[in-house]
Amino acid sequence: MEGKVEYHKKPVQTPVEMERTRNRKVYVPKVDIIETGNAMVMYADVPGADEKSVEVTLEKNVLTITGTVAPQEFPGRSIAYSEYDVGDYERVFTISDEVDRDRIGAVVKNGVLKLTLHKAPQAEVKKIAVRTE
Amino acid sequence: MFGPGMWRFGGRMDPLHEMQRLQGEMNRVFSGLGQPLNPEVPPVNAWVGESDVVVTAELPGVDPGKVDVSVVGDTLTISGVLEAEALKAGESYHRQERSHGRFTRSLQLPFHVEAGNVEAKYERGILRVTLPRAEADKPRRVSVKSE
Repeated sequence: MEGKVEYHKKPVQTPVEMERTRNRKVYVPKVDIIETGNAMVMYADVPGADEKSVEVTLEKNVLTITGTVAPQEFPGRSIAYSEYDVGDYERVFTISDEVDRDRIGAVVKNGVLKLTLHKAPQAEVKKIAVRTE
Repeated sequence: MFGPGMWRFGGRMDPLHEMQRLQGEMNRVFSGLGQPLNPEVPPVNAWVGESDVVVTAELPGVDPGKVDVSVVGDTLTISGVLEAEALKAGESYHRQERSHGRFTRSLQLPFHVEAGNVEAKYERGILRVTLPRAEADKPRRVSVKSE
């Protein structure tokens, strides 16, 4: 039996010390991470955000994805039924040193962020011989 | 039968819908079969105005050509497929959290709509369907005369 799959967007669990200044909801974008031969490709669902509102930062080995989404407004109409809420996106990953920092590709299309993290060449093979004494 | 009975309770918190959702979830978990996609994908919002209703759905990464929007009477159906990235040889998933598979959503609208003038737009991963209210279904003002 497979585990429980969460279909709805999940609100960010932020510790109190990291309270945000903006009174907006924040969600964790769902991601798929695919390992290819020489890269890691990450797809993150950020519906409502586009290339101008998505930001990807890499500081030391902390990769942060943020996306801001403008609330939807339809003048003259009122919301009668709601299954999803609009909010910003934020997710933080710790990446290993194997990633080539200068070659990170980020593309946003149809509300999906695609991040390509190439592996650094020197990190490709590094095996440590184990001996007995 | 046509998805949540959204107009019956009028509010945003529909206890019946919530119960149906829970029941669906239980059935899915205990069936052990793992349906391709939960009937709640994609999540939708609906805005109602005097002359039309706007339905939006979160569908990130869908091919707009593979989304079907159809209207019969007062029922809107959105269906399509969210395709997973095809893996080449030697590639593997580290994480797979996004929804993939076929989806169908039917919603009962609060009034009959002009099926010919329904407009659907897909932008930034959000599908927006604008459904104008049918002329015959519009409320008619009756003037009150005094004698």
